[in-house]
Amino acid sequence: MVRDLAFGDSEVRSKAIGALVTSADPAVVSLLQAMIEGEVQTAGDRQVLIVRDDKAVDAATGQAVDPLPETREDVVVNNRMRRELATAIASFKLSSPDRAVRLAAARELQNNADEDALPAIAAALAKESDPEIKGLLTLTHASVQLGSTDRATRLAAVRALAQSDTGATKTLLLGVLAKKDGKFVETDDEIRVEAERSLSAVEGRLLKGDIAARVFSGISLGTILLLAALGLAITYGLMGVINMAHGELIMVGAYATYVVQNLFRQYLPGAFDWYLLFAIPMAFLVSGLVGVVLERTVIRHLYGRPLETLLATWGLSLILIQAMRTIFGAQNVQVENPVWMSGGVEIMTNVVLPWSRIIIVAFAGGVLLLVWGLLTRTRLGLFVRAVTQNRQMASALGVRTPKIDMLAFGLGSGIAGLAGCALSQIGNVGPDLGQSYIVDSFMVVVLGGVGQLAGTVYAALGLGIANKFLEAWQGAVLAKIAVLVFIIIFIQKRPQGLFALKGRQVEA
Amino acid sequence: MSVQKSLTPTFVPGALPHGTGALPRLWSGKAWAFLGAAALVLLVVVPVCNLLVPKDSVFHVSDYTVTLIGKIMCYAIVALAMDLIWGYTGILSLGHGLFFALGGYAMGMYLMRSIGRDGVYKSDLPDFMVFLDWKTYPWYWSFTDNFWYCALLVVLVPGVLAFVFGFFAFRSRIKGVYFSIITQALTYAFMLLFFRNDTGFGGNNGFTDFKRILGFPIAAPETRVAMFMVTGAALLGFLCLGRAIVQSKLGRVLTAIRDAETRVMFSGYNPVYFKLFIWTLSAVICGVAGALYVPQVGIINPSEMSPANSIEIAIWTAVGGRGTLIGPVIGAAAVNLGKSWFTQALPEYWLFALGLLFILVTLYLPRGIAGLWIKKRS
Repeated sequence: MVRDLAFGDSEVRSKAIGALVTSADPAVVSLLQAMIEGEVQTAGDRQVLIVRDDKAVDAATGQAVDPLPETREDVVVNNRMRRELATAIASFKLSSPDRAVRLAAARELQNNADEDALPAIAAALAKESDPEIKGLLTLTHASVQLGSTDRATRLAAVRALAQSDTGATKTLLLGVLAKKDGKFVETDDEIRVEAERSLSAVEGRLLKGDIAARVFSGISLGTILLLAALGLAITYGLMGVINMAHGELIMVGAYATYVVQNLFRQYLPGAFDWYLLFAIPMAFLVSGLVGVVLERTVIRHLYGRPLETLLATWGLSLILIQAMRTIFGAQNVQVENPVWMSGGVEIMTNVVLPWSRIIIVAFAGGVLLLVWGLLTRTRLGLFVRAVTQNRQMASALGVRTPKIDMLAFGLGSGIAGLAGCALSQIGNVGPDLGQSYIVDSFMVVVLGGVGQLAGTVYAALGLGIANKFLEAWQGAVLAKIAVLVFIIIFIQKRPQGLFALKGRQVEA
Repeated sequence: MSVQKSLTPTFVPGALPHGTGALPRLWSGKAWAFLGAAALVLLVVVPVCNLLVPKDSVFHVSDYTVTLIGKIMCYAIVALAMDLIWGYTGILSLGHGLFFALGGYAMGMYLMRSIGRDGVYKSDLPDFMVFLDWKTYPWYWSFTDNFWYCALLVVLVPGVLAFVFGFFAFRSRIKGVYFSIITQALTYAFMLLFFRNDTGFGGNNGFTDFKRILGFPIAAPETRVAMFMVTGAALLGFLCLGRAIVQSKLGRVLTAIRDAETRVMFSGYNPVYFKLFIWTLSAVICGVAGALYVPQVGIINPSEMSPANSIEIAIWTAVGGRGTLIGPVIGAAAVNLGKSWFTQALPEYWLFALGLLFILVTLYLPRGIAGLWIKKRS
């Protein structure tokens, strides 16, 4: 067989390759590989050698040949042979137990398979269980069949493609329907009709997958906005002051997570995967504490002067940013995901939801539930709502408003810290982290109105999803501009936001 | 919140004499003398000391100083505009950097056109357009090779934008922090827009590498000094204009809107048009300042529109003293000189200093530097 490969004409060689592939001998791969690389030589008219670095090995026996025979001839491999060899190697590798090897082989086949490889691919398909490899192979199988001269094979391939749901299938089918010089590439009408039908089926499924993916990434963005804006809605609703340092409180929470991560890495490497469970309360406490200090030292003295509060908190945010730069450096720091947050679930082909995002959505839901419970089911929550609605009346009824202010501000800041902890898992942590979220979270508060959590939730999710869909349509920057313009127009109509507390006020 | 507001001690800077029907004079005699001295320094002393006094003399004013003062005067004009809208009318805009930048871009378009074929690619189009493989100017670049058309744009673009935005915002009675936040969103949106290469304003890099203005080489000392003098004259002119407005009946209504808008409404005035007038005027003044700024500094890019820049304008005004006109001019100068010094000597600490300035001024110095001086006099 080896001799057929080396001495025969191209027909004989083809057959030899086919036979070798079925033999399942690992040495075959190295022989075929050597042929592609031009390392196979013949000596006399019987001996086949693999010559590498002036050392020769007999291809049939695997024995080293020493010394090298004087007269050797290269085995010439033409392009057709080369392709056949590559296909053969790939289909041989397809039966490897190693997933990575199989995947590489499937990719290789996708680029240069021809009809000879069909039986091998079909055989591999029957055995394969990995979805990615299987998808690749199915596609290759169909595309080879599409190139077939047999009409029935082509028709079957077009029909089979209707079951697939990858973008590559769409390209394949579009190829079938393509025109060249005014004439269809595919001359058979029936095949074209079938291809149209398959194409619309595939496109329908692709669109569904696309929409599902966008809705999810919209929800994911929305929950991040929600986390960022929730604390702001509380402090703004309660005190009517805009806390420009809110973004920096998010940043402080993210850095708290970073510090906890480093402490775990140093002192408890065994429990490293669970550092987040400790980082969450730490982020809440640190940001909350910073918030309380800010409230007591600065914001308290500016009540009733909302514009000045805005400026003073902006000053605070500058100081916090520079402080983080001084302590941790101006570069972004690395926060690692725990193992259980990496990877994702595939709900459809091409639609993979990363675990980190899913967990953050759930986390935001949990935080929302807690805040809702705190505001509606506890005495503190009752007081907070009372002060939000009517400060004077609440004060007259014996609510200690300064204390409520402090606690509520601490709560809002703590939630910002939680947002920072969540953000550290999906984005960069750097001193400028807060700046990129501040405008967005204000927009959520402005859109949602204050005093009711529902407004914040709807506004955050709505903005998130709208942003992602517009992004697909017009690109990220224009999407963002469109959303901002929409909000500016929106508050012309409803200056109090979506959900406003009704009350008798001349000015709010 | 409404009740809280009335509890706030309201201060009345630049309070006018009551009871007299006649409006007071534009400036007092002393103030006229001061203005005259300032004009003399800006229009005669500095140019002479820069151009005619030899370099090794102690009286020589370096080119660096001329540019720095020129730049600061542009900022002072912006602070002045901010004072009209914030100090006198009580509307805090966090988007004034946008109007400044738009004025700058309008002037920048003319300066880009007058580079001609001297760019890197030797093309009729600016380099960034060549880079994008554009063949012709987009429509909004039409006529921008004409200086006077661009000068018109400097006034019109910020003015029309402010008018339209203000009309809708004031009509829906958006005020207080809400107004501040949406002006911030506005400048943020524009910044994102101008950062795009496809918008046609040079993307990230904006406009730079100007060669000449009105045919004069832009880097020549004489041209620089001329631009410096124009800026100085503009600053003094706007100072007088601002004073004329706040001394007029219109100015009194504006101050009344600041202190008790509801009462102004109940007295039969419609605050919308008063606010709209001063808001648009303020934006136009900012645009002019931007147009003066760009040829002197030699660059304009979208970072001028960042929300942080606009907030800094507010702090210049606050440091100097709101509602005093001259205060914001002093404030802009003080803060920017401080910035120049810090960024050279202690770059690490500039943000600390600026942040502290924001906090301390709002907490302990609500009337700014001018307030200190007024207090000392009374």
